[in-house]
Amino acid sequence: MRKQNNEITWDTFSEGLWRENPVFAMLLGMCPVLAVTNSAINALAMGVATTFVLLASGLLISLLRRQIPKQVRIATYIVIIATFVTIVDYTIQAISLDLYNALGAFIQLIVVNCMILGRAEAYASKNRPLKAFVNALGMGAGFTFALLCLGVVREVLGAGKLFGFDLFGPQFEPWVVMVLPAGGFIVLGAWLLLFEWFKQRKAQSESDAVVEVR
Amino acid sequence: MSAVEEQMQQPAAPAGPMIRTLVSVAMLSGLLVVLTFHFTKPYIDENQRRAIEAALFQVVPGAVSRRDFLVTEKGVVPATEKKQPGDTLFYAGYDDKGKLLGIAANARAQGYANLIHLLYGYDPVCQCIRGIKVLKLAETPGLGDKIITDPAFVANFEALDVTLAEDGKTLANEIVTVKHGSKQNQWEIDAISGATISSKAVGKALNESAKALLPMLVPNIEIIETRSEEQVKGER
Repeated sequence: MRKQNNEITWDTFSEGLWRENPVFAMLLGMCPVLAVTNSAINALAMGVATTFVLLASGLLISLLRRQIPKQVRIATYIVIIATFVTIVDYTIQAISLDLYNALGAFIQLIVVNCMILGRAEAYASKNRPLKAFVNALGMGAGFTFALLCLGVVREVLGAGKLFGFDLFGPQFEPWVVMVLPAGGFIVLGAWLLLFEWFKQRKAQSESDAVVEVR
Repeated sequence: MSAVEEQMQQPAAPAGPMIRTLVSVAMLSGLLVVLTFHFTKPYIDENQRRAIEAALFQVVPGAVSRRDFLVTEKGVVPATEKKQPGDTLFYAGYDDKGKLLGIAANARAQGYANLIHLLYGYDPVCQCIRGIKVLKLAETPGLGDKIITDPAFVANFEALDVTLAEDGKTLANEIVTVKHGSKQNQWEIDAISGATISSKAVGKALNESAKALLPMLVPNIEIIETRSEEQVKGER
């Protein structure tokens, strides 16, 4: 059996933020990423909702990991995830109906966000609860960060606003395509390009350093 | 234990633990959902009430209180009974003395992207539509959503004529959306140039809803007025 490393390090948290960022590195859960990032507040709400589901389902699945037989694990994970999504759904309705209407069906669709099921299968079911929780926190933060990256750019360019506040005054002619679906793809592509460039440059400087040591 | 051995063992796993796990997870899930539903319901109801009232008080200016009514086969009744399919719900808005100011009803029609949902305010004194509020739309930002922001378009609904015909069974003049700049009559809606489909959808939604609701409502308008006075007395 695979040897388990039980220590919780900074890496447990930070791998979701950067190295294995669900959006920029793993390209998981693209459906909400493209659909609800037309404004920063929608992106933030979706990020927080997804993070909550990740945390709660990760914790519960990790607690139950020895009780869940392998054959029914996917069914069990989906039921657990769907439960927390329903809780989020009601909670958002209770907080703000406007927000609920803006996010639309994408709240319910968190159930099928492959990032959450992926985390349950690959991490929560193999690690102890606290570690799974810390990792889910990092993944959720990374997901929220990525959604905000898209949401902020799209709202500023497409509506001339940020979190609903007017930035440029009435003369500004909004770049409407940015809040439309096409804008989502354009901005996501631009961020992926930037992310990849960072990664390559880092790899380059690391290999240079190795050469210098030799 | 290697991965191969692990797989070999799987068919031997008894059904008992599987059923136990699934049943207990499902029960836990049910419990959590019911608890959440129970705790959030008052807040959700309150939010919905506030959203309806905010929209109502916008399309019936001056209103401070509301009552809900249903148009059923039997006529106009207060919405205390359960809504049957085919019934139309509408809201009556009153001022602080309990005087009927107007009623608001829902209308919807297919727009460019999806259904456009509206609430419109009807003034029984002038027999006209006094205001509309878009409840939900998915129109193209910057084009179709001008039906909310364009001041010239919104001005169409300051007094949109919906007088009933002499027989009282239909509108004297159907609401029509006309090309931008060619509005001549009080029952016409001047379309937004560049958002014709969305403008036409608004006209169609209002026309269909008004045509169905007003012939039922206007002969029964006393029910709404008198009932409110009784209730005002009752409240005092």
